[in-house]
Amino acid sequence: MADLAAFQSWIGDFAAVVKDNEEYLTDLDRAIGDADHGTNMARGMAKVAALAEAEAFPSIDTYLKKVGMTLVSTVGGASGPLYGTFFLRMAGPLKGIEDADASDVGEALRAGVEGVLARGKAELEDKTMYDAWLPALEAFDASSAEGLGAALAAAATGAADGRDATKDLIARKGRASYLGERSQGHIDPGATSTAMLVETAARTLA
Amino acid sequence: MKKLINDPADVVDEALHGMALAHPDHLRVDHDLKIVYRKDGPQQGKVGLVSGGGSGHEPMHGGFVGTGMLDAACAGEMFTSPVPEQMMAATKAVDGGAGVLHIVKNYTGDVMNFEMAAELAEADAGTEVKSVVTDDDVAVKDSLFTAGRRGVGVTVLMEKIVGAAAEEGASLHDCADLATSIASTGRSMGMALTSCTVPAAGKPTFDIGDDEMEIGVGIHGEPGRERMKITSAKEIAAMLVEPVLADLSAARGDGVIAFVNGMGGTPLIELYLMYNEVAAILEKSGVTVARSLVGNYMTSLDMAGCSVTLLKAEDTLVRLWDAPVNTPGLRWGL
Repeated sequence: MADLAAFQSWIGDFAAVVKDNEEYLTDLDRAIGDADHGTNMARGMAKVAALAEAEAFPSIDTYLKKVGMTLVSTVGGASGPLYGTFFLRMAGPLKGIEDADASDVGEALRAGVEGVLARGKAELEDKTMYDAWLPALEAFDASSAEGLGAALAAAATGAADGRDATKDLIARKGRASYLGERSQGHIDPGATSTAMLVETAARTLA
Repeated sequence: MKKLINDPADVVDEALHGMALAHPDHLRVDHDLKIVYRKDGPQQGKVGLVSGGGSGHEPMHGGFVGTGMLDAACAGEMFTSPVPEQMMAATKAVDGGAGVLHIVKNYTGDVMNFEMAAELAEADAGTEVKSVVTDDDVAVKDSLFTAGRRGVGVTVLMEKIVGAAAEEGASLHDCADLATSIASTGRSMGMALTSCTVPAAGKPTFDIGDDEMEIGVGIHGEPGRERMKITSAKEIAAMLVEPVLADLSAARGDGVIAFVNGMGGTPLIELYLMYNEVAAILEKSGVTVARSLVGNYMTSLDMAGCSVTLLKAEDTLVRLWDAPVNTPGLRWGL
């Protein structure tokens, strides 16, 4: 079961991981984009990480909404609206829930991933963060009956596999798509930060 | 990295402060939200023009705020789209009762953020907003299978021409139609001799040899379509102009506004030299240059290189192009 404190430690952990990997994410983006994914995510997550200390949140969903709005207004680029929309939509199914179990988190995850899809209009194998989100969601659902811990661990593996698979893809969305075949051979930065987000969830939410 | 900066994190903010101080009679800057406003706005009864995008392309967009062009420009972080909060604030502030037109360059982030701003504004009620997206870069092939063509040089021409129409009192509907027609009749192609260096990254965005050039670049240091050995200005001009003419299906006798744009790191003397080559190709193709623009108007930080934009221009467009404009970046007819 995951309560508000667990969700807050998830966000705090993700912010720390992004900070540690700021240069790595920017380097990935330099290869096929415009060299700012690490900088932008680190700037936004630093603001988001400070939320939990600055104010008391009455519930998980109010907290996640604030996380989403903060990301939308601080990250910029495509990542801001995409991650912002993920958290805003994720908040919906968690309304009124104090301790989220595997089924609650699964519904929230699905709502969030559907939000990413609606905002970004990407398809599988477009070489975007969706390539990490969809396998994470499918792996979560497949292991959901075994409990939240097992489901999140499976989701983390799914996201990591999805991230690795972006290496051989030719980008069809985002700035990397302008490179055509030259985008091949590089891991997608957005799929990489998504895998970090799911991996930190597995560490903190269960 | 050698740059005239204090701290990479403060570049956008400090530059906006400098801009406000340099143009106190014409501009007003909201430093919290990083929005450049026309000082005498909002203009009652006039359609408001709002654009915006990542910083690092100066003078675009903040330098095009003023009489006869934009009412507000939202500055994002370096090469990063501004956020919906900025666009919403700018939209409300410039609304003089005739509605607001958003001019958006076709980049995934810009389009998503402007879309979110429009959704939020709708929920907020009030201002009528229309959006036009520029996507004139012919270097992007197979646009059905990518994020689509990038918005580049045509954006500058659109901001000038639609700005003039709005100043004359054109309705929101007419301004949007004019902008849409400009978007469909203007095309561009760019090239780079060097990479640019984003201050926060501290090193060049891409490596390129001393004897190499990159054809089909955008304006963010993202690599282009093709890397090749550098050649003469004459041959480079042909590589840029011919695909643009082909894509425009420009015919003998067509008039155009010809725009040679510098990427920020190329001296004006080379841009004029390039324009000489561009004009020669156009003359040979029977295309008439109705008006021209040469200079650094849509830059990519310190990147060396240029782009060529051609916009088909009949009389109305030329008349609006000639109309008075008074902004830090473009100023004539006063």
